[in-house]
Amino acid sequence: MGVPLWMYLTVAAALFSIGMYGVLARRNAVAVLMGIELMLNAVNLNLIAFWRYQTPFNMSGQAFAAFVLVVAAAEVAVGLAIIIAVYRNRQSVEVEDVDMLKG
Amino acid sequence: MQCDNIINTLAPCLVQSGWNGDLANFISIFLGVVLVATFPLLVTIGLIWFERKFAARIQDRMGPNRVGPFGLLQPFADVIKLLGKENITPAGADKVIYNIAPPLMVMSVLLIWAVIPLTPIHVGMDLEIGALYFVSVASFGTLAVIFASWSSNNKYALLGAFRVVAQLISYEIPLAFALLVPVLLAGSMSLVDITNAQAGMWFVFMAPLSALLFFVSSQAETGRGPFDLLEAESELVAGFNIEYSGMKFALFFAGEFMHVFTNGVLMAVLFTGGYIGIGGIENSIPLLGLVFLLLKAFVWYLLALLVRNALPRVRIDQLMNFNWKFLVPVSIVNLVMMAFLFKVVQELGLAPAPGLENDFVANIPQTLVLFAGNVVLGLLILSVVRQNFRRERLEESAKSAIVPVGAGD
Amino acid sequence: MNFGEGLTPEAIAFGLFTLLTLGGAFGVVTTRNLVRGAIWLIVSLFGIAGFFVLLSAPFLASVQVLVYIGAIGILFSFAVMLTRGMTNLKERFNSQWWLAALAAVIAFMLLMVGVIIPVFGNTGAPVSDQVQTTVDLGVALVSGNQYVLPFEVASLLLTAAMIGAIVIAREDD
Repeated sequence: MGVPLWMYLTVAAALFSIGMYGVLARRNAVAVLMGIELMLNAVNLNLIAFWRYQTPFNMSGQAFAAFVLVVAAAEVAVGLAIIIAVYRNRQSVEVEDVDMLKG
Repeated sequence: MQCDNIINTLAPCLVQSGWNGDLANFISIFLGVVLVATFPLLVTIGLIWFERKFAARIQDRMGPNRVGPFGLLQPFADVIKLLGKENITPAGADKVIYNIAPPLMVMSVLLIWAVIPLTPIHVGMDLEIGALYFVSVASFGTLAVIFASWSSNNKYALLGAFRVVAQLISYEIPLAFALLVPVLLAGSMSLVDITNAQAGMWFVFMAPLSALLFFVSSQAETGRGPFDLLEAESELVAGFNIEYSGMKFALFFAGEFMHVFTNGVLMAVLFTGGYIGIGGIENSIPLLGLVFLLLKAFVWYLLALLVRNALPRVRIDQLMNFNWKFLVPVSIVNLVMMAFLFKVVQELGLAPAPGLENDFVANIPQTLVLFAGNVVLGLLILSVVRQNFRRERLEESAKSAIVPVGAGD
Repeated sequence: MNFGEGLTPEAIAFGLFTLLTLGGAFGVVTTRNLVRGAIWLIVSLFGIAGFFVLLSAPFLASVQVLVYIGAIGILFSFAVMLTRGMTNLKERFNSQWWLAALAAVIAFMLLMVGVIIPVFGNTGAPVSDQVQTTVDLGVALVSGNQYVLPFEVASLLLTAAMIGAIVIAREDD
C-alpha cells in the first residue's frame, strides 16, 4: 500500500465539502439530492479507508458501508418520487417554491 | 516461474532476455488484455455471417452469397462500407456524450470477457466476485442506451430508450436471481470456482429451471428474439440508435451481436461446465478447454438464434407482465427452493463425500433430488399458469356472450 | 509523505480516481444541465468504486457500480428527463450561495484539523495480511452475534422505500 491513510481522508473531506456546497447552494431539488449522494459517498469512502487501515480484521467497516449503500438507494428512490409528485402539482422543482406549509 | 512456454510465461521469458522486470510485466499484461478484448470481436465477425445465413435458411432465402465462397467475406465488405460512410452528428446533439455512448456499449460486453475462464490456466482475472462483476458491468449497457438516446436530441430515440431501459432494468432482476443458483451450488462467486465445481456434474442437470430463467432473461437483456422491442423497426423507426450512422452505428450493432454470443459463453460457464471436457483431457492440453467452451457456447448461441427467428415480437405490456408477474416470482421461488433443497441434500448426506466432488457417480444422488425438485416446481408453475389462463378465457367468453352476436361488426 | 520511492502503479491509480471523483463532484454542483449533472455524478461515484478496489473491498466496489451506476444514475437521468426545463437552468444557485461556499470551506477546514492532522504523519502501511475477504463479509452480515439484525432492518427499509416510492410517484386515477 503506497498511499497513506490521510490522502484518502483528504479526498473524502473534499468530496463531502463539495457535496455540502451543492446541497446548500443549488436551487433545483434534483441537484440537491445529487449533493446528498456525494456526501453519503464521502462517508462511505471514510468508512472503508478507516476499515482498511485500522481494523482490517473485523468486518464492521465494510458492513456499515453496505448499510449506507442501502440507505442511499432507499433515499434516492423516495426522494425522486417526492420530487416528481411535487413537479406534478406545482410544475416546479425549485426548492424555494415548495413552501406550502409556510405560515 | 521459469521460461518454459512463451504463451503462458511471457514475462519471465522477457526478463531472461534482459528486459526490465516491471516493463516485462506490463507488456505481458497489456498483451493479455489486447488478446482477451480482440478475441470476442474476431469471433463476432464470423458470427455475423453465420447468423445472417442461419436466419436466411429459416426464412427460406439464400442469405449472403456474393462476396467470397458462401458469402464468407460479406462481413468484411459491410465493415468497409460502414467505414466509408459519413459520420453524422445531428445538430443540437451533446457531442461528447453522443460519441461516448457507442464505445460504452461495446465495453459493457467486452468487460464481461475479463472474468470468463477460457481454459484451465487462462483466465483474464479470477475475481472472487466474478458473478457480481458480470451483473454490474452489464449495467454500462443500459447507461450507453440512455446516453445515446438523450444526446442525439431526437424524440424517437428518447421514446425508444424509455422502452429499452424499462426492459433492461426489469429483466436484470430474474437474471440476477437465476445467476445466484450456480453461485449457491458452487459456494463461490468466482467463475473459475463455478466451472471447477461442475467437473462431476453440470449445473444444468441440478438446476434446469435456473438455466431456463437465465436463458430467457439474458435473451431479453440482449434485446433479441421475441423481446426485440428496442429496435422494433415498424414502430420506432430504429429505437435509441436512430441518429447514429457509419462506424458509430456499427459499434452498437457489433455490441449486440457480441452480447448474444457472450451470453452463450456465460450459459456454458454457469450451467454446462465451461472448459470442462471429457475425462479431464483439457488439463493436459489447455487449449482444448477453449474448444470445449466455444462448442458449448455455440450450442446455446444456436438456441438463441432459433428462438429469435421462430417467435413473434411481444407487445410492451406483455413484456412487462411476463417479467414482473411471471419471471420475477418464479425466479425468487426457484432460488428459495434450491437453497432449501441443497441444504436438505447436505444434511441427509446425499452430497458427494469430500474428495469425490469431481466424480460423476458420487454426484448422482444430489442431482436426482435437485432435479426432482425442479420438475415438481415446474409442474406447479405450469398448473398455476394454466388455471390463470383458463379463468381469463372464461371471463373473455363470458364478456363476449353478453354482446349480441354480430353487434360489434 | 515520501514520493521518494517513485510513482507506484497504486499511486497513479489513486491520482486518477481522485481526479474522477472530485472532478465529477465539481461537475455535479456547477453544471447548468442536469442530465450532464447525472453523468458527472456517475463519473464521481465510479471514482469512489475505484477507491474501494484500491482499499481491497472488491465486493463493495462491485455493488457501488451496480447500485449507483446501474440504478441510481439511471433513476436520476429518468427523473431529469421526465420533468421538463432541467437541461438549461437559468439560475444555478440560490441567493445565499456565498454563505454555502463559506460553510463548505469551513467544514473542509474543520475536517482537516479534526481528523486528518492527527493521522497526517502516519504513513505506515496497514496490516495487509489480515484483510478479510468477501466471504467474511457475508458471514458477518448473517451471523447472529454480528449484523443480522441491521441486515434484516435494511431489507425492511428497502421494501418500505419501494412501496413508498410507488405510492408517492403514482398518478391518481
